[in-house]
Amino acid sequence: MSIQRDDVQKIAELARLEIPAERVERVARELSAVLDYAASLGQLDLTGCEPTAFAPVLAPLRADALDGRRLTPEQALAQAPEGEGGFFLVPPIVENLNP
Amino acid sequence: MSAARDAWRLPATALAEAVRSGGLAVEAAVESGWAGPAAQWEADVRAVVHRDDSARAAGAAAARRLPAEAPLRGVPVLVKDNLCTTDFPTTCASRVLAGYRPPYDATVIRRLRAAGAVVVGKGNMDEFAMGSSTEFSCYGPTRNPFDLERVPGGSSGGPAAAVAYGLCPLALGSDTGGSVRQPAAFCGVFGLKPTYGRLSRYGLVAFGSSLDQVGIFARHAGDAAAAYAALAGPDPCDATTRLSPVPDVARWEHGVQGLRFGWPANLWREGVEREVVAGLEAAAAALERAGATRVPFDFLPGEYAVATYYLVATAEASSNLARFDGVRYGFRHEDSPDVRALYTRTRSQGFGPEVQRRILLGTYALSAGYYDAYYLTAQRARTRIRREYQAAFARCDLMMMPAAPTLAFRLGEKLEDPLAMYLSDIFTIGANLAGIPGLTVPMGLAAADGRPALPRAVQLLGPDDAEPVLLAAGRALEVRGEVARLEARHETEVAWPTKR
Repeated sequence: MSIQRDDVQKIAELARLEIPAERVERVARELSAVLDYAASLGQLDLTGCEPTAFAPVLAPLRADALDGRRLTPEQALAQAPEGEGGFFLVPPIVENLNP
Repeated sequence: MSAARDAWRLPATALAEAVRSGGLAVEAAVESGWAGPAAQWEADVRAVVHRDDSARAAGAAAARRLPAEAPLRGVPVLVKDNLCTTDFPTTCASRVLAGYRPPYDATVIRRLRAAGAVVVGKGNMDEFAMGSSTEFSCYGPTRNPFDLERVPGGSSGGPAAAVAYGLCPLALGSDTGGSVRQPAAFCGVFGLKPTYGRLSRYGLVAFGSSLDQVGIFARHAGDAAAAYAALAGPDPCDATTRLSPVPDVARWEHGVQGLRFGWPANLWREGVEREVVAGLEAAAAALERAGATRVPFDFLPGEYAVATYYLVATAEASSNLARFDGVRYGFRHEDSPDVRALYTRTRSQGFGPEVQRRILLGTYALSAGYYDAYYLTAQRARTRIRREYQAAFARCDLMMMPAAPTLAFRLGEKLEDPLAMYLSDIFTIGANLAGIPGLTVPMGLAAADGRPALPRAVQLLGPDDAEPVLLAAGRALEVRGEVARLEARHETEVAWPTKR
């Protein structure tokens, strides 16, 4: 298996996900199956193949432009689970702000 | 077509013509599916996840105010739940976007409305378009109208099933690895994935940005052409749209005389159901009867494309889905002591199992120490795959291959085995990696002992901007292939599911 239990915990932390302890083993198995399958790419001759990030698009870079459409602050905030005075509200980011 | 009662059977172009000529009111056209087949089918199939009668009526009223020449005036369209609409929620069938109402329309939605079409609801899908069966939806699965025990394919299963049973003649989906072409095959309808960059992605919730493309479901090749003509073209809001002139699909009825189609039979020598191969043989024979030539050659096996895709797409998804954190929209975990807990709990409860699996895979493929071995290798393999297609298209105008290795499979059949689910995309993924267009063409029904007849289909792939050739070939199969074996009229060439 290319992925161990510890790897799952580490990746989950990076991805801001929480995997319940009883599921870690299974997740490791599922991810390993896909990664082991992906190892077949090692059999492909990639000599002279530069990485492709995007399918080639024929659009050249353009100047910045505004098309007149824009969201008001109210529209931008309308969907927020919590907001106040034009800001998104979140729980504390740093500790000890209140003495 | 005698009465408004039967208007739902009409092709989109004929429906718009009936409205233009005054034979049918805009409202009657828009309601034709809801008042007709949906009453019979929707409760079982469950293709629609957001329905709103007043939003639909407002859409019809807006279409009525458009000039009579608007090409799709009055045509009802179901739209996949990952395309932003101001008048319906847009949730990607995910708990993490519960209740989300976008403040703007996707560009393709604006263009649909400008053409006179009316959004009649949002279609079910695998959560964030990650899946091949529409079972990974927070609303529960959609069922295949030809056999309610089977899946409609995915991820755009809702739109595909709705077009198949007759809610609407057109629907929009998205295709990142086959999510339009595979469900089109399972539901027996046309499914067009345009060339990357031809349809704007602005307002399409991003999954794999270098692969995503909005796609079109239709029951007729001409309807797919009409929708493509209305939607394609550059968009200042999407820097990846192509600025060159849009391919002219007006010649979709002009036949395939002299066309050379590639026949990579090595791809279906094993692992492909017999009925799927029979569909290919029928389609090839029909194209030959219509004046096309078969060009046999071997092609790179699809396993490499699957391996490449599940590294590239998951890497892009892990990055794109980082924005869902409970701060700006959608679901938020209510009881978090600090912001890090807010992110982690919101995402862990908001995302379903398949989405979490792909985020984890992508995070791993991009992480320090593994980047070169996985992501970089996959990007280089992507170059090789695109070159393979370019070499093939030096020898032919389009390639024919299956859209999927099987007919529609049973609900639950692949749910516990992610890799088996991924392999149902083996024939569709290559086009997304290469950026080329593809079209699923229905080839009638495959009957079998002990189960209802299921749709079978073929997939046609072409080089960049080959949409006109694909649609012309699709049309040739529509009138010369199995679909037309009754020599029926245009509007009755379709194999409708029957209620048992």
